[in-house]
Amino acid sequence: MRSVIDIKDLSTKELEEIIAVAEDIIENPEKYAHKCDGKKLATLFFEPSTRTRLSFEAAMYELGGHVLSMSDATSSSAAKGESVADTAKTVSCYADIIAMRHPKEGAPLVAAMNASVPVINAGDGGHNHPTQTLADLLTIHREKGRFEGLTVGLCGDLKFGRTVHSLINALIRYKGIKFVLISPDELKVPSYVKNEIKECGLEYIQTKDLEEYMPQLDILYMTRVQRERFFNEEDYLRLKDSYILTPEKLANAKEDLSIMHPLPRVNEISVSVDDDKRACYFKQVLNGKYMRMALILKLLEVK
Amino acid sequence: MNIDSIKNGFVIDHIEAGKGMEVYNLLALDSLDCSVAIIKNATSRKMGKKDIIKIDAKIELDMDILGYVSPTATVDVIEDGKLCEKKKMTLPEKLTNVIFCKNPRCITTTEQELPNIFTLTNRELHEYRCAYCETKASK
Repeated sequence: MRSVIDIKDLSTKELEEIIAVAEDIIENPEKYAHKCDGKKLATLFFEPSTRTRLSFEAAMYELGGHVLSMSDATSSSAAKGESVADTAKTVSCYADIIAMRHPKEGAPLVAAMNASVPVINAGDGGHNHPTQTLADLLTIHREKGRFEGLTVGLCGDLKFGRTVHSLINALIRYKGIKFVLISPDELKVPSYVKNEIKECGLEYIQTKDLEEYMPQLDILYMTRVQRERFFNEEDYLRLKDSYILTPEKLANAKEDLSIMHPLPRVNEISVSVDDDKRACYFKQVLNGKYMRMALILKLLEVK
Repeated sequence: MNIDSIKNGFVIDHIEAGKGMEVYNLLALDSLDCSVAIIKNATSRKMGKKDIIKIDAKIELDMDILGYVSPTATVDVIEDGKLCEKKKMTLPEKLTNVIFCKNPRCITTTEQELPNIFTLTNRELHEYRCAYCETKASK
């Protein structure tokens, strides 16, 4: 019985296997329509989420399985003070697999330590969000056909942005990747993440200037400055509009740039960019569903 | 200064100067009935200054705590007044309920029955991170 709490829980070979299964699902969806007949996924969401929960649920339905959903922590036993450990033990009695989102960092790990079924971390505070990374990887794979040698710009909240840390962690496994880390001083990538890049012998540039580095980028990964990660509203208001991507800012970008965003966006990508053929963020949403399907199959050991 | 020699117990030697009280507190030596001596800033050829703790009883010593607070420490095991074993400390791979996570977003802040587990992530830098949220331990 395996759980996926951190993208590091999956080896490079496993990541590639999951990508291959997702590609096969895209090509042959009917082959997978009954793979999870009779299986149940419990989605335990202790924090608001639309796309991740619906993506997990759509993934399970498309595999022929069923879904038990808890989407509001205030109506759950957690509101009565039940521990994450007890919730995990209890839900293990009903479901074959659990997807959990929790505002507290490490909560899905606690669930995995106590559950008797696989647990997938669907986001724990500002910490990890491995299935978003799976969506990102499939998107890069489908858009670029490779991971090696890409120049990847990460822009916005690189401090609290869990998707950024997980994506860096997945991409440092590949040769020749170069990172351009674009953020205000207050939202820089934490030093331990930069150390991981250095330890892999890869290059990174840290800058506040998006436009200067735009022409070099193969991927531009925009992120939202998240209100819920700040203890101080003033800091949030000061930093939230640091970067807004507009068609003008893309003037010097490569023709085959891929613009990505984990969504939801607020205003960091202007809607006028949506029609640009380089915008990939809605494809990313769809890719997320396919990767979640592939991950569920792997963890349930369904062939 | 005269301190009685130990019959059966331990001499924790080569503790980094200034860390003796921290070792004393974390090992909960204040709860012992036996003689316990703390020598601070003793002269050391190797270290210049060091702290020493002598415990005149065979107790369960948590070597992980000792290794974490002062990896330079050595433990002399004394039996019938004679040195019968000398143990060297190393940084432990895992610490349970020795240090506590200070990240207000960590699950351990709301679920206080959870053990506080830290794992060694960089031996050279003596760096430990919370097993749940990966926040670096601050000494």
